[in-house]
Amino acid sequence: MSLSNVFYNTIFKRNSTFVPAVFAGAFAWSIGFEIAVTKFHDSWNKGKQWKDIRDKYATVEE
Amino acid sequence: MFAAAKNAGALRAASRAMKAGPRTTTARFASSSAGSSSGSFESFLNSRLTLASASLAAVGTVAWYTHLYGTLPFVGEAHASAASDEGMHPIAYPWSHNGVLDTFDHASIRRGYQVYREVCAACHSLNRIAWRNLVGVSHTADEARAMAEEVEYTDGPNDQGEMFERPGKLADYMPPPYPNDEAARAGNGGALPPDLSLIVKARHGASDYIFSLLTGYIDPPAGVEIREGMNYNPFFPGGALSMGRVLFDGLVEYEDGTPATTSQMAKDVTTFLHWASEPEHDERKKYGIKAVIILSTLFCISIYVKRFKWIPIKTRKLVYEPPVNKGH
Ligand code: HEC
Repeated sequence: MSLSNVFYNTIFKRNSTFVPAVFAGAFAWSIGFEIAVTKFHDSWNKGKQWKDIRDKYATVEE
Repeated sequence: MFAAAKNAGALRAASRAMKAGPRTTTARFASSSAGSSSGSFESFLNSRLTLASASLAAVGTVAWYTHLYGTLPFVGEAHASAASDEGMHPIAYPWSHNGVLDTFDHASIRRGYQVYREVCAACHSLNRIAWRNLVGVSHTADEARAMAEEVEYTDGPNDQGEMFERPGKLADYMPPPYPNDEAARAGNGGALPPDLSLIVKARHGASDYIFSLLTGYIDPPAGVEIREGMNYNPFFPGGALSMGRVLFDGLVEYEDGTPATTSQMAKDVTTFLHWASEPEHDERKKYGIKAVIILSTLFCISIYVKRFKWIPIKTRKLVYEPPVNKGH
């Protein structure tokens, strides 16, 4: 059985597996996308955001 | 109005040509019933009512525009004014948050807050910013709380029905320097120092203008007379304003050791005021990245799907096989 057949039989064949796969895929993808964009955004703006300078001002709780 | 009338004339001429058209081609398209339906559309286009309402719409639009803007559209005007009345165009500065992906420089916002607090707050309120807004932007929660507690706020009424004083908390808004606008005017030679919360959005040239204004004070040029108590600044429309130059080298002492030159302080306070006007700025640009990626992907997919669906239709071939002559 080829890989595409495996995919077809386990996910696409039945609605009962396809719909949950769509939801789970959307959930996982949006988290991954958010992480990727944040990573890019933070490296592009390195040193400028509050989280980059906060350590200079935050005092450690005693 | 003339244009509308001319158009109607042209339409009538064109439709006359169209009327002549079908007659010569009736033989070729005997099976089609075109002509009768376009006839009613044609007579609609030619009707006096259509002409009248198109003319009315054209005249009405011009009248409305004239009423709204005070001049006729597309007609030039001569102005007798000096460019200095409008204020000099501010210089375009390379702000570190100019780019479509660039956030504010938060160390600069923090220094700018210090300049606002130590200099501008003597005259200008900042009434849309609360202490809590600084948290996670330029100060820690502890710092913001400590700064708020230094200010006394009037609260109440208590259960005796009396107002009382209490130290500020994070939810309080920045205290105004004057109790009301009248007091503010009285303290500034009749001119009201505007609230600075939205000043960057409220002025043409935005940050560039604020920076230029703060650093642009000069002596009035020869021949320009300004009233006692006014100050000359070529960036301010009209040239003379009540606020004098307030930033001078070394006026504040930055905690991070940045030399407090006039332009450094002007840059920092402008960045701070830009943040105050647009607190959503950093987040907005991050959403922009996401939106562009997602929407351009969806656009490409839609192009692909469109071609996928249309290709069989666009590449099909219709073959006409003439009937074979079977007779004789
Ligand atoms: C001594 C009081 C005083 C101080 C200190 C002061 N200003 Fe002003 N400011 C004024 C007054 C008064 C006006 C109104 C001027 C006018 O309309 O003629 C004004 C107007 C302004 C304007 C509006 C100009 C316009 O285009 O209408 C801006 C922006 C401004 N101030 C920024 C600042 C900043 C930033 C600081 C701190 C670095 C500051 N001011 C400090 C009194 C002050």
